[in-house]
Amino acid sequence: MNPLDTKKDYQEYVNKKSPNSPTLKNCFKAFIVGGFICSIGQVIMEYCKYRGLDKTLSSTIVSIILILISAFLTGLNLFNKIGKFAGAGSLVPITGFANSIVSPAMEYKSEGYVMGVGAKMFTVAGPVLVFGISASILVGIIYLIFNTQSITLV
Amino acid sequence: MEKIGSQTIRLDNPVTILETASIVGPKEAQGPIAKYFDQCLDDEFWGEKTWEKAESKIIKETVNMAITKSKIPAQNIDFCFAGDLLNQCISSSFGLRELNIPFFGIFGACSTFVEGLCLGSICVDGNAATNVICAASSHFCSAEKQFRFPLELGNQRPPTAQWTVTGAGCAVLTKNGQGPFITHITPGKIVDMGIKDSNNMGAAMAPAALDTLLTHFKDTGRSPSYYDAIITGDLGHVGKEILNDLSLSKGYNIKSNYNDCGVLIFDKNKQDVHSGGSGCGCCASVFSGFLFNELKQKKYKRILLIATGALTNATSAQQGESIPGIAHAVSIEI
Repeated sequence: MNPLDTKKDYQEYVNKKSPNSPTLKNCFKAFIVGGFICSIGQVIMEYCKYRGLDKTLSSTIVSIILILISAFLTGLNLFNKIGKFAGAGSLVPITGFANSIVSPAMEYKSEGYVMGVGAKMFTVAGPVLVFGISASILVGIIYLIFNTQSITLV
Repeated sequence: MEKIGSQTIRLDNPVTILETASIVGPKEAQGPIAKYFDQCLDDEFWGEKTWEKAESKIIKETVNMAITKSKIPAQNIDFCFAGDLLNQCISSSFGLRELNIPFFGIFGACSTFVEGLCLGSICVDGNAATNVICAASSHFCSAEKQFRFPLELGNQRPPTAQWTVTGAGCAVLTKNGQGPFITHITPGKIVDMGIKDSNNMGAAMAPAALDTLLTHFKDTGRSPSYYDAIITGDLGHVGKEILNDLSLSKGYNIKSNYNDCGVLIFDKNKQDVHSGGSGCGCCASVFSGFLFNELKQKKYKRILLIATGALTNATSAQQGESIPGIAHAVSIEI
């Protein structure tokens, strides 16, 4: 076999030669850590409800507290270590979103508050916001078209 | 000097590598060859406000250290060849702006150090200079910031990813010395085999390294066993295995005397660097620290140093372009 005959041959050879990420192990770690973060959220939620707050307010408080913890750990140079271990486990919950905004803000502080922190803060989270908001608008329009009653309700 | 074969230059009055200096960061200081570096830093900032400033300071102090060790007065150094990974090579030009030596800023990605050695030795052998310095640097944090993600972002790297070395190396070349001598140089061609994964630079650069390696053997009539060591710049563990395979498929078995600077500088099992080290500072510091010492001690008498570079940037990667590789070789003999 000559792996250098064509680019395609070489790419196939490289794919075979390169070690793969340990997917199963990573999934397990993501499951454990992600589940743990969600459990913390649930505990906060139950406590809020126990103190007599309604469900909407309780879930808002859960988000605020998880974002605060994540941002704080990012600042302490700890969240990247958790993220390295847990992958999607810490990335998918709202903790990952907070981390993706705080980390560029820290990184680009050296370029100043306007062109650094201000301009670069959303370099990682930006696409999530753009497509998340776009999708919600699109779904809202479809909802309005197929459910004209709701217009009168609003 | 004379061109032999298709792309090798034989130096008639071999250029001496008089002295070298190397400064590396804290992670490299925990690696297996830490004792060979002139200075290891305790932290990545080295008292500066930004990583870019820290990298400039590293290359500045490395160059000053090499000049001091060589005992050649700075005004007798004719030219300086230096480069790095940051946009427009700001680490070298900012770090060396007070050097007061005519300056060539060069870019060959991670092959910059050997590119400098090639150009410097042509200058010296062609009587354009008596003393020349060649340097290169890289910094893990500034490279991550430019090429990948913020440091604090909690993401994972694939096993093929490499770790940019924080460090710099500098060599002083001179006309009338006692060796080690640069005897042949083989500048490389740009080779692109269509690898697009910027987390697998070793695979992207290995074909370029192979091209330069085979061309060097053909042009000089030498075989792998001529050298005590064949050392590539930063192919890492994955790229090293690929180059072993590729050269075997072309009929050259280099396994016994072949190694890679990115493999040498870190301990794969203890340091969590995945496929090994990379960056301009990798080849520069490993040569200036470890390899030059081995040459001086005569543990190695003939080495072929092939620095490899991935000629990519953040924009080209996002636009889906493949990663062209390059490799420059210098033959260094006692």
